Amino acid sequence: MSDPVTLANAKAKGKRPWFFTDREAERVFNVALALLQELAVTRERLDTLERLLENRGVLSRSEIEEFAPNSAEASARSSMHKELIGRCLRVLQQELEALEEAPGLAATPEELSKI
Amino acid sequence: MHTSAPAPQGPPPYQAVGKHAVMPQTRHDEAARFNFLANMNQYLSAEFLPRVKRAYDKRALPRFQAQHGRAPEHRSEVRELMSEEPAYQTWSAMRRATMEQRQQAGRSVVLRQLDRLNDIARSAAAEPGLELTPGFKPPRYLTGVDHHCMPGGYVGELAADDVSAPANYDVGIFATTGGALGRYSDGGGTAVAEWLKREHPDFKPKRILDLGCGLGHNTLPLAQAFPEAQVVALDAAAPMLRYGHARARSLGVRNVRFVQADAEAVPEPDASFDLITTCMFLHETSYTAIRRVFAETRRLLAAGGISLHVEQPQYQNMDVYEQFVRDWDAYNNNEPFWTTMHDMDLTQLAVDAGFQREHTFETGVRAVVDAAVFPQAAALAKRQEDYGRAAAWYVFGARA
Ligand SMILES: C[S@@+](CC[C@H](N)C(=O)[O-])C[C@H]1O[C@@H](n2cnc3c(N)ncnc32)[C@H](O)[C@@H]1O
Repeated sequence: MSDPVTLANAKAKGKRPWFFTDREAERVFNVALALLQELAVTRERLDTLERLLENRGVLSRSEIEEFAPNSAEASARSSMHKELIGRCLRVLQQELEALEEAPGLAATPEELSKI
Repeated sequence: MHTSAPAPQGPPPYQAVGKHAVMPQTRHDEAARFNFLANMNQYLSAEFLPRVKRAYDKRALPRFQAQHGRAPEHRSEVRELMSEEPAYQTWSAMRRATMEQRQQAGRSVVLRQLDRLNDIARSAAAEPGLELTPGFKPPRYLTGVDHHCMPGGYVGELAADDVSAPANYDVGIFATTGGALGRYSDGGGTAVAEWLKREHPDFKPKRILDLGCGLGHNTLPLAQAFPEAQVVALDAAAPMLRYGHARARSLGVRNVRFVQADAEAVPEPDASFDLITTCMFLHETSYTAIRRVFAETRRLLAAGGISLHVEQPQYQNMDVYEQFVRDWDAYNNNEPFWTTMHDMDLTQLAVDAGFQREHTFETGVRAVVDAAVFPQAAALAKRQEDYGRAAAWYVFGARA
């Protein structure tokens, strides 16, 4: 049996139907739907954790709702958000960087094969 | 003041699904994934599908009428029209993606524990009740089609004595149906058994045949409803039978033999069964095969016997828009025979197979689930309609 991760993601026989006029948009949409699923899974896990902690008297869910970070905590969180935003919106950043790039700096394989 | 319990919201949790020895174990996040998918499917059918219909009524239909001076007369016209409709495109893209995600979710649960599951089925196989035929060649419509986008279909094997296909089918059916089939996904078979007891209280079948039994979800309720009967659960796919057999043993059902054979040529003598059933099976065969299955059913049924086929409703006399929606799986979920089958005149098929026209009948059943254990599913069975996936079926029958 080959790699179970790849196998689990295997394609079913037959032509896959596409529905959007723009195939690229539909590919991205499919990734977004998979992310939605994983987000839902993470939230369910958090919910389980909170309930277990509350049932054991470790904390109450209202403590979570009312939690206010002090300034060090807030700044740590802020970097967390920044990092996540940067990571996820990488492609947008790179598009902008491309505008700034001096022409001719990046060589193509064709060029490299000649020098 | 009388206050009733609030109506259950949404599908039951995956954790309420009935377990048995060969059922794959799920970790927290794996169950959460099924919970998400069950809710997603419910969102798609209960909330999004009505929007697609509104888009049809408000936008697509007037456009068609302006152009042709009439309403669509065939579902193919509706399909062409709707293929341009953004609401339909979005709904379809989501439904397809959800289907693929469901397969991925099921397979990833199963594959990480496949050796263990295969071992459980292998040791159960030492007990009576499993009759595989080495070298058996399944029909081409099973080897050539991965029905409802299950990679490898029913017959595909990843290892020796493999049960990955049915294990995936068993864990994932909850997600596709939103749990509406009950704890053991047996709401259809249970409904048929109850219907028989209600409509034919004196009917005591001695031998029962379930063709295309799969992993036996809907076979076991019949075996349990008629514990004196000998039940033959027949399928062409060895993995389904191995798993079905191990599952039945684990659930304490002993009066079923799981037999590998082709439903088009059943290795049993004439007039040897009192009850012959199929459940969500005919639409996964072929034009020639369905005729042979009806002929076999007639041949195998003893005098006074009953045959019952549980399916989604036929298209005759159905509104063209509803036909179009119900036909979605044929085009977009690997169900190539779905359309042809639902256009067929089953009564004529039965008559051609030798049944008397006046001995044919049709009826409808809704999933019967244990409301005490699965209250949400019981409520859901009453209200949810998902054009082709709902826990409500059309039953075609013929008496010998
Ligand atoms: C959708 S499943 C239905 C399973 C089951 N009846 C239930 O209600 O859960 C269809 C089953 O029919 C079987 N099948 C298809 N064609 C067959 C044939 N010609 N002979 C025997 N089994 C067949 C497949 O292997 C598969 O297990």
